[in-house]
Amino acid sequence: MSEITPEVVAEHGLTPEEYERVLRIMGREPKITELGIFSVMWSEHCSYKSSKFWLKKLPTEAPWVICGPGENAGVIDIGDGKACIFKMESHNHPSFIEPYQGAATGVGGILRDVFTMGARPVANMNALRFGEPDHPKTRHLVSGVVAGIGGYGNCMGIPTVGGEVNFDPSYNGNILVNAMTVGIADTDKIFYSAAAGIGNSVVYVGSKTGRDGIHGATMASAEFDDDSDEKRPTVQVGDPFTEKLLLEACLELMATDAIIAIQDMGAAGLTSSSVEMSDKGGVGIEFDLDLVPVREEAMTPYEIMLSESQERMLMVVKPGREDMARKIFEKWELDFAIIGRVTDTNRLVLKSGGDVVCDIPVPPLVAEAPEYERPWVPTPPPAPLSAEDALASIDTSPIDALATLMASPDLCSRRWVWEQYDHMVMGDTIRRPGGDAAVVRVHGTDRALAITTDCTPRYCFADPVQGGRQAVAEAWRNLTATGARPLAITDNMNFGNPERPEIMGQFAGCIEGMTEACLALDFPVVSGNVSLYNETNGTGILPTPAIGGVGLIDDIRGPMPSAAFAAKDEDIVLIGATEGHLGRSMLIRMLADRDDGAPPPVDLAAERRNGDFVRGLITGGLVSACHDVSDGGLLLAVAKMALSGGIGANLSIPAGRGPALAWLFGEDQARYLVTTLRAEGLLATAKAARVPAITIGRTGGTVLTVGDGNSISLSDLRNAHENWLPSYMAAG
Amino acid sequence: MKAAVIVSPGSNCDRDVQVALRQSAGTDPIMHWHGDADLPDVDLIVVPGGFSYGDYLRAGAVAAHSPVIREVVARANAGVPVLGICNGFQILTECGLLPGVLMRNAGLKFICRDVDLRVEAADTDFTRDYVNGQIIRIPVAHNEGNYFADDETLNRLDGENRVAFRYCTSEGEVTSASNPNGAARNIAGILNEGRNVLGMMPHPERLADALLGGTDGRPMFDGLVEALAAAA
Amino acid sequence: MRFGRACAKHQDMKVRVHITLKNGVLDPQGKAIEHALGGLGFGGIGDVRQGKYIELELAEPHAAKARASVEAMCEKLLANTVIENYEIDLDG
Repeated sequence: MSEITPEVVAEHGLTPEEYERVLRIMGREPKITELGIFSVMWSEHCSYKSSKFWLKKLPTEAPWVICGPGENAGVIDIGDGKACIFKMESHNHPSFIEPYQGAATGVGGILRDVFTMGARPVANMNALRFGEPDHPKTRHLVSGVVAGIGGYGNCMGIPTVGGEVNFDPSYNGNILVNAMTVGIADTDKIFYSAAAGIGNSVVYVGSKTGRDGIHGATMASAEFDDDSDEKRPTVQVGDPFTEKLLLEACLELMATDAIIAIQDMGAAGLTSSSVEMSDKGGVGIEFDLDLVPVREEAMTPYEIMLSESQERMLMVVKPGREDMARKIFEKWELDFAIIGRVTDTNRLVLKSGGDVVCDIPVPPLVAEAPEYERPWVPTPPPAPLSAEDALASIDTSPIDALATLMASPDLCSRRWVWEQYDHMVMGDTIRRPGGDAAVVRVHGTDRALAITTDCTPRYCFADPVQGGRQAVAEAWRNLTATGARPLAITDNMNFGNPERPEIMGQFAGCIEGMTEACLALDFPVVSGNVSLYNETNGTGILPTPAIGGVGLIDDIRGPMPSAAFAAKDEDIVLIGATEGHLGRSMLIRMLADRDDGAPPPVDLAAERRNGDFVRGLITGGLVSACHDVSDGGLLLAVAKMALSGGIGANLSIPAGRGPALAWLFGEDQARYLVTTLRAEGLLATAKAARVPAITIGRTGGTVLTVGDGNSISLSDLRNAHENWLPSYMAAG
Repeated sequence: MKAAVIVSPGSNCDRDVQVALRQSAGTDPIMHWHGDADLPDVDLIVVPGGFSYGDYLRAGAVAAHSPVIREVVARANAGVPVLGICNGFQILTECGLLPGVLMRNAGLKFICRDVDLRVEAADTDFTRDYVNGQIIRIPVAHNEGNYFADDETLNRLDGENRVAFRYCTSEGEVTSASNPNGAARNIAGILNEGRNVLGMMPHPERLADALLGGTDGRPMFDGLVEALAAAA
Repeated sequence: MRFGRACAKHQDMKVRVHITLKNGVLDPQGKAIEHALGGLGFGGIGDVRQGKYIELELAEPHAAKARASVEAMCEKLLANTVIENYEIDLDG
């Protein structure tokens, strides 16, 4: 009798139509192990079936791109024979269920994606989104996620150098944990996953296989409901010590010429790695599952293939080099097992106890994975909000508004978070967390990478196209503000249920905006990840296309600006045009409790022009400090520069610019603040370049004064900024 | 000066120490694998920071039984200078070269930030380029830096001037507010009786480069090079 | 067979070791647990101390020898006797 009933098919997350496709490919009913393999390979998480259609539109090329999307991570050329390999990945659903392990294994997974390509990881970042602070689960989730990221990254000895944290009610039932890793490799020693060489050994290295996380990929492809607690056994448990050993062993082996192909075992473990390696290589693979190192008794073939036990890699090794490779892994006390061979059958054949338990043709398993052009409706354009209308219910002085914003959950200091991360190990962190982009030296050279993560989900919700543009533009700006040349991005697309047309419309709109920005700014996408079904009981998250950007600073012996006021008695110059845009701003959210209006428009030509101009000022040594302007507008940026530098400022509001609050807190895009000894020369150069620039004040003293003498001491401002998060986490 | 840096499974700061030593000595130290008990003749042994053996059971507990550590103990007893940083300090207490134990931070969280330290014993090879009472800024990054010993041991350490560094304010006051982890008497680093073994939680190798935010860690390595070149 | 110890199993002694902090050693983890329990509404909770529990199988059928062996393990590795006590329980 058949064990594959319609209920079993549904439990595996396959629709009846998808199952028909399986039957056609197999030419018979699948065995249970084969069904399991189809189900994970065709899950949303592994197949990108709802998003592939749109992702193909993203620009992925540039002269400095060595490898775009499609491999374990993206690869860009950073000169002098070195490549930067990076990617961001989500671990949202597991982190909601078990925040410490979910976040920890998210970090572990993205680290493996980078070092499997031959890069030593040099920096981690993360973008975290939590529910509203008053939600009963939020504190516990924040505490667990931050501890998990720190616990894994610190033990690995890789610095976590920055990131973002947002709070919003839409994430109450679906937090977002997006982890990014940046690594460095030699351009002539980059490893890919395509298996090759008929008869070559396929080797398993790392931890033993247990029952962790079986069907983790299918869980990531489904919404939560009230039974989510029962999904706890599907969360993987990480061991960063073992991964550190795995990292060192792999890098040691990679320094020889013994590896033909290598792939980490992440989502869907042994299944996805073997299928991808054989598909990319145009070959087949045969395993004897009895040879797989296991740590539980009586594991079935199904369990072995679907297990998501962590810290494991799959390799194809050159004939005759197996013993040398084994010795390296034994030195590092890791399991090493030859579990199969590369074949010429283009089939995935699995044997257990002498029987064939799986025999699947690989090309159709991959090529005929479902791809859906789901119906979508564009988000209707929001009604614009004039400054007058926005300010009608706000009656606060600029200084009082500043103090409120600086103490708000989304704008306050994140020191409580990043002091739990070792951000200095490896001895190359030039710019520590607390600013915008981090700066990490390329070890042993005079070059450095600038790294950032950015996204403004409330803009994306209002207008996905503008929001998509803005996320990419802000990443580009944050890198530019360090003096770096922005090179490429990784995108982590977090959205709700794609079977709802309005959610699919958000996805389509964000992709459109991102595409426009990537093209205008020469800032291609080289890797990425999609996380859908971030909904609970039908309520979805804000559309959150998290962008991870990397740029290059060519010479760290040259001028490098501070993100903080560097000296007193300098002019503060605002670069870029200010209309005083308050739609969807932090000001109206925190002071008028409203969330309406259109988000600030992104003029990509102005972004380019202003940013290139600012980079020129920096490399010309003409400015001592530089900071981009974003959430909370220019007064927030001034306040941050003042606090970081311990130097106050005196700002004057230019006449005839509309209401003061709009000018000070408007979130107009394409803007930067710079400081310079005397502004006249800079202003003249800006005028010639047709870049708007005005002097808005002067640095100095121990207070921040705005216009009419309204002022706040730096120490009061610092208290407002630093206290909210630690007090919140200590309470309750 | 010939130095050896002990590398255990899970050591993370070995390369950082190598860079700092190279900068001060002009030559690279030997990077010595823990499993090899055959430690060459060297003038200085450094046990670096990290998470040896994942900090499993207790930080430093398993690494303290490595084949090479027995040899490190013998060398220390013969007067060879031994420097233990962070996890290295933990290993030195676990193998008995230094008294006391490093426990979980009082705040129960990992802490990574710059701290101010007051130099209390400037008469050793490690601290000769500092001055007693000098305030230096060095980063800490640890989960188990809370130094504990019984009162008798603490009194002896104080009495014999074997506390090398204490956490303090930027003005040099030893206060509980300036103590990042609850360590007894704000102890950040201690010496053995022979004053040739120093264990410290802060990471001097991380602030030996102006580009990274400061150079207060550099005099430790410069001082060692001077002391040990003279002795050679 | 992957599990070659199957035959030796009924000769194995099951050992349980409880490792606890000595009196007088500050235990911030225990304090944190105490506060959390109070916060959850559990009343009447006094001092809370957190320790470690280790289980091991030992191929040594004689209780006295087993105990001596495990004591040596505790002294050498499992406990840090500067701050920890240990208690050994043998099964069977």
